[in-house]
Amino acid sequence: MNLRLGIDVGGTNTDAVVLDERSHLLARFKAPTSADVSGGIRQALRGLVAGHPELDLGSIRYAMLGTTHCTNAILERRNLDRVGLIRVGAPATLAIKPFVGWPADLRATIGGHYAIVEGGHEYDGREIRPLDERAVREAAESFRGEVDSVAVVSVFSPVDASHEQRAGAIVRDVLGDLPITYSDQIGSIGLLERENASILNAAVTTPARVAANGFASALEEHGIDARMFFSQNDGTLMALDYATRYPILTVASGPANSIRGAAFLSGLRHAIIVDVGGTSTDVGILVNGFPRESAIAVEIGGVRTNFRMPDLISIAMGGGTRIHQNEELRIGPDSVGYRITEDARVFGGSTLTLSDVAVAAGRASMGDPDRVEGLDAKLVHDVTQWVRETCEETIDRMKTSAEPVPVVLVGGGSVVIPAELAGASEILRPDHYDVANAIGAAIAQCSGEIERIFSLEEYSRAEALEMARQMARAEAVKAGADPATVEIVDVHEVPLAYLPGNATRIRVRAAGALAVEAAS
Amino acid sequence: MTPYTRQLVAAEVDDLAIGSALLGTGGGGDPHVGALMAHEAIERHGPVTVIPASDLESDALVAIVSMSGAPTVMTEKIPNGGEIERVLTRVAEAAGRRPDAVISVEIGGMNSVIPVVAAARTGLPLVDADGMGRAFPEFQMTAFNVAGVRFGPRFVTDEKGNMLRIDGIDAGWIERINRRALIAMGGSVITALGLSGDDVKRGAIHGTISLAVQIGAALRQARRDGNPWLDRLLEVVSAIPLFTGKVTSVDRRTEGGFARGYAVVAGLGTEADQSIRIDFQNEHLIARRLERDEPAEILITTPDLIAVLDSETGTPITTEMLHYGQRVTVVGIPSQPVWRTPRGLELAGPRYFGFDVDYVPVEVRAAAVRQSRA
Repeated sequence: MNLRLGIDVGGTNTDAVVLDERSHLLARFKAPTSADVSGGIRQALRGLVAGHPELDLGSIRYAMLGTTHCTNAILERRNLDRVGLIRVGAPATLAIKPFVGWPADLRATIGGHYAIVEGGHEYDGREIRPLDERAVREAAESFRGEVDSVAVVSVFSPVDASHEQRAGAIVRDVLGDLPITYSDQIGSIGLLERENASILNAAVTTPARVAANGFASALEEHGIDARMFFSQNDGTLMALDYATRYPILTVASGPANSIRGAAFLSGLRHAIIVDVGGTSTDVGILVNGFPRESAIAVEIGGVRTNFRMPDLISIAMGGGTRIHQNEELRIGPDSVGYRITEDARVFGGSTLTLSDVAVAAGRASMGDPDRVEGLDAKLVHDVTQWVRETCEETIDRMKTSAEPVPVVLVGGGSVVIPAELAGASEILRPDHYDVANAIGAAIAQCSGEIERIFSLEEYSRAEALEMARQMARAEAVKAGADPATVEIVDVHEVPLAYLPGNATRIRVRAAGALAVEAAS
Repeated sequence: MTPYTRQLVAAEVDDLAIGSALLGTGGGGDPHVGALMAHEAIERHGPVTVIPASDLESDALVAIVSMSGAPTVMTEKIPNGGEIERVLTRVAEAAGRRPDAVISVEIGGMNSVIPVVAAARTGLPLVDADGMGRAFPEFQMTAFNVAGVRFGPRFVTDEKGNMLRIDGIDAGWIERINRRALIAMGGSVITALGLSGDDVKRGAIHGTISLAVQIGAALRQARRDGNPWLDRLLEVVSAIPLFTGKVTSVDRRTEGGFARGYAVVAGLGTEADQSIRIDFQNEHLIARRLERDEPAEILITTPDLIAVLDSETGTPITTEMLHYGQRVTVVGIPSQPVWRTPRGLELAGPRYFGFDVDYVPVEVRAAAVRQSRA
């Protein structure tokens, strides 16, 4: 037996599931999140064992973790590494220095050390200047004792990364074996955003290792000898070593997991996913089995980056959303959140929430329904109408055609959603909808993506596309995919405006099933 | 509104960047990098004085300062910072005097904020005007050219320090030579060229810096106050909403050195059975309804402005940022009168761009549509 363990440590709840090789659910556990990642994982494992004594933990071969650990470190400015940045590209780039636009406290926590050295490339791969190796060496010396990790960013490194590689080698030579982030492996064209993403990646090196170690020791304590993976922000997995080098890619894995989990549970490859939590609802869209990506610049902790994140609309509507009846009816945005089991009326509290109305309307059963029996019928109707309209409007914004589309409801709060919605061809709330996140982590594929500028004077378009596809496949395999299952998921091409000579930017994503070891 | 002398402060730079992205009609690049440079320049040197063109002496020397090349390259290979001074120095040498002011060549996109950087660094005033009233892909498409201005030398520099002087016999030749040179120099250059105060007074489109700031401010305030952005926008510019929907396909290819292609937007709500197609060459050029997948009724053409905006916030979306699934509102803005003259239409009308259709002002087309539906 080769079992898969999926754990999602979210802001409010920790979900855990165990699936067999055919992805049947064998065990599940859900509880409020504890103080830290390892504590949450240990609690999840204990909960699984307690709930399913027949479960053979020794048969778990693959363990997947989705966690907001790195996100929290950035948002809270805690446990971050001090970073030294080397930007390669002088005489270009001097007009905007590194860390411009950063929140002051985040810059201070990370240290703000940087050096700009000569080097970098043009859009077609010519060197701007040869790499100034002496300046790199001096920069590394200046970082000694002041930084825990280094980020290297070179102009047009997505076209030619040789200066980044050489600079990294010099840093290693001077400072020894400290973690180095290479920007061309982190982000795409757009120097400042890629630089910011690389600095953030370098800054969460330690939190990522802490999470990985916590994961490993929790598994070991329970006698689980499994290959470990982390969820990343496109809904796929990274092998552990990949995850500790690119930890920034784990940010936003929660929403990605819930979308993929919903895909799996529903069996659909195209659908709107509505994930209703205690306080908020995230609406995403599944295209070809993967969450559709947002195209606009993504901010993390107040810092502008060019990450891939799921395209989501978040609305203030959840199971614990408070209903205010003053002169006018007002619903939310405030919520009782995880305190619902104390504060909501059905649980003996005095706060009227969307869950209470759902129980009164007969859509949900929780707590004591007698406590909401006397609720005014018009109130129940109006609140239900608000929920319906809010959902319909958001779904309409997400859809890409006029056709009705299936809607999958997941998340513990999804019982508040009415059974019919305009624009939805059908509404599914599959079994185990409330542990969709952990399932998404457990069934995920491994993906790799590359984005490069190709000069079409050097290669034909067909050659450039084929090269890009090969590179993307190789990235997927590096992330842990079985080469035989790797498929191209997305190809995106943008000719560069205002440039004769046909320079074109090609982005390719590939994904494949987790490479399964032969059963021993 | 009538331009007047005032200060442009750092807080208005973002408004200028957003407003100019809207007037950029899909082109002009992403003003973000330029905005960062402008912020830094104003923080270091103080606010920029914006003056109406009427304040200029007839023989004043006014320098057009612009970035030329691929906006994508500029977001990656950010300038050195010394380029602007270098080209302005050469303009001054060629004219035998120091410039009296700087001006934008096109208010659409990055070239609205680059002159702000120049003005902050040099202490020169910025003229409240520009050369196009929007963005266009080629240098000869300026109101200066329509007015018959004779162009002096154009200076072109890169971050490495290379310097090129172009004495072109006309604007078309300056464009052709500049385009080839900038590729050799790495795809992104800073240029400057001198005009007289008289050239600016008779040839520029006036008040456009202020207009762009107002547009950006309207969108920002709408978001802050939770108001519909279109209502706030209509208070500052005659925007005609043409269509709202979702982008369902984007076809982009390189032809002749530009990003050419089209996007299809499918309708929402009551217009769910309709779709339109927008053709572009960096900037959006023509929008037509689709009937059985073929372009039919024309909604708007160049030189009128076609702005594609995020339906939620009114934020402008550039051609390069257009992608499948975006929720957009297409808005038309009547062009400046100069582009509706025979010479203006010769330079920038639909036929120049390969569409064999007559130009009809967008407000006339929109009224006809309303009539036929009444």
